[in-house]
Amino acid sequence: MSATSPPIATPPAAAQDDERLVPISRLTRTLRRPELGSFLAALFVFVMFAITDSSSNHLWLKQTGIAAWTQQAAFFGIVAVPVGLLMIGGEFDLSAGVMTGVTAIVMALLVGKWHVDTWIAILITIAFATAIGLINGYIVVLTKLPSFIVTLATFFVLRGASTGGVLLLNSGSTQITVTTANPPGLHSAKSIFGSSFFSSGALPSGYSTAILWFIAVTIVCTWLLSRTSFGNWIFASGGDQNAARNTGVPVNRTKVLLFVGTALAAALVGIISFTQASSAVSEQGVGYEFFYIIAAVVGGCLLTGGYGSAIGAALGACIIGMAFEGVIYAGWDSSWDFAFLGVILFLAVIVNTLIYRRALKARR
Amino acid sequence: MSETGAGDVEAKAATAHPESNGTPALEVRSVSKYFGSVNALEDISLSVYAGQVTCVLGDNGAGKSTLIKILSGVYSPDNGEVLFDGEPVTFAGPRDARARGIATVFQDLATVPLMSVWRNFFLGNEPTRGKGPLQRLDVKGAQKIMRQEMAKMGIDVRDPDQTVGTLSGGERQAMAIARAVYFGAKVLILDEPTSALGVRQSGIVLKYVVQARDMGRAVIFITHNPHHAYPVGDRFVLLKRGRMFGSFAKSETSIAELTSMMAGGAELEELSHELQGTVDPSLKEVAKELAAEAPSNAQTPA
Repeated sequence: MSATSPPIATPPAAAQDDERLVPISRLTRTLRRPELGSFLAALFVFVMFAITDSSSNHLWLKQTGIAAWTQQAAFFGIVAVPVGLLMIGGEFDLSAGVMTGVTAIVMALLVGKWHVDTWIAILITIAFATAIGLINGYIVVLTKLPSFIVTLATFFVLRGASTGGVLLLNSGSTQITVTTANPPGLHSAKSIFGSSFFSSGALPSGYSTAILWFIAVTIVCTWLLSRTSFGNWIFASGGDQNAARNTGVPVNRTKVLLFVGTALAAALVGIISFTQASSAVSEQGVGYEFFYIIAAVVGGCLLTGGYGSAIGAALGACIIGMAFEGVIYAGWDSSWDFAFLGVILFLAVIVNTLIYRRALKARR
Repeated sequence: MSETGAGDVEAKAATAHPESNGTPALEVRSVSKYFGSVNALEDISLSVYAGQVTCVLGDNGAGKSTLIKILSGVYSPDNGEVLFDGEPVTFAGPRDARARGIATVFQDLATVPLMSVWRNFFLGNEPTRGKGPLQRLDVKGAQKIMRQEMAKMGIDVRDPDQTVGTLSGGERQAMAIARAVYFGAKVLILDEPTSALGVRQSGIVLKYVVQARDMGRAVIFITHNPHHAYPVGDRFVLLKRGRMFGSFAKSETSIAELTSMMAGGAELEELSHELQGTVDPSLKEVAKELAAEAPSNAQTPA
């Protein structure tokens, strides 16, 4: 049967001496990295505020300045990095900002009002955040609605319910403060989540523990994204859902897990801010969702998914942290923060688009 | 009607291919698939054997892609059954099908342009090292295997981190086939692998089809080009508007016959007459070509 052999050309000989082969320089490889734009932008912003610093003793370059912006960056970055992963996976989470506030309120209610052990309260908060993440994720994958709309709805529900709930349970006050002298577990939880380290004569208050959490989240997410099968699935789910499904990637499971990831990261920020202040205010965290998206986009995550990096999103969060603090050190009116962020976002997106096009097309 | 129809086809298949004894590697028995009110597939039966190339031929909309998706576990049939190694199976999904040794090269190649070649190669089937939380991708190993397998296809991947989007169409096709061959232990399904390729690259792909067959794989080759199917195929299954139009061994048919059957001989002649009636000279030219393809004139040897 198989006697009829097809009339076929021999395959190309050893491709080693392909005359079209062009060596790829180290520089080109660097230029192709998705976090390049955000790295340059972060450097630019840092130097700019070092120059414009008008505080006495030029505190921007001292520990005081560094501790200030890194804490800001940490609070944004802990959520921005998982939001970046979610964006690479092709989805948005607009409820992440309000979740940082809602989880802080859950903590405050449990510890301050109902006198639950802080560690048990943390477990309950984690369970609550997991549930919200699962709800977001399953609604998105089951209804196939844009996650922008689904999580916008979650955002409003959470915002309304938390404000209304706090007023109802807290006899009309929007702030819940721990009043008991020494609530069980709060001290030990604070030392892990809401404390500081490296305090010295030059910097009595030290660096916020949140910075360590920020670094840990960035390392874990970078590891996940670049060195695990799950990371491969994130890129594929955002890059081409159909291709991912056809090669057997569990796209829906990947996306649901990413939504749970952003909700858990938001809960971490909620726990940190509650243990730091021993109180929580309703409407806390509202509006932060845009900072997370800005950080991820500045960090090279494509709005359409399939491309980006966790380190880039972390650098994006650093830029936002520096912008908020730097404006104070420069002695400018802090209303300019947003205009400044807008310009940075715009420039970073232009640079990132160039990098992305390079990655997709250029060989040199 | 579907019951008797299936029986007929079964009987025909059995008599038409006396040489294929043993259990088919993959078999579908009178499967149907509906999308809303559209019968994408109606009562299709097909057996593929190890060491043979089974060509599924059909024009656009014949149901080829739907059949592939049933064979590769993407869809489950609404009626009928799928047998793997003689056992009835229900695939949980493409991952399940691939785990059993059925690898598919989809028409859209199922590659993600923004991901590197090695990540695409192992997508959904990543090799890992280590245990528990330290389980990680075996990047070096994956890159090495990818380069070896691509070299077998005659393509030297200079930079393993190169994104698939920077590969040419032929290279991307080769990557998808190399991937399927690497993972397809038993059955290799190729959905229109030559449709977007130049002459030379089509040749290389066809050579790969033969190679896979000689390695003892059951190859299913879907195409609308009889000129590509005939030289490599052992048996030919024709689909038309979602139904079986015929199933032939190579000895029973010729390239010209296949061509005319695919295009629907009578319809082709009719179209030819219709076009000849027009005044447009270029349409008349088309009419002449159609007439040449129609069965009455189809005596050109393969």
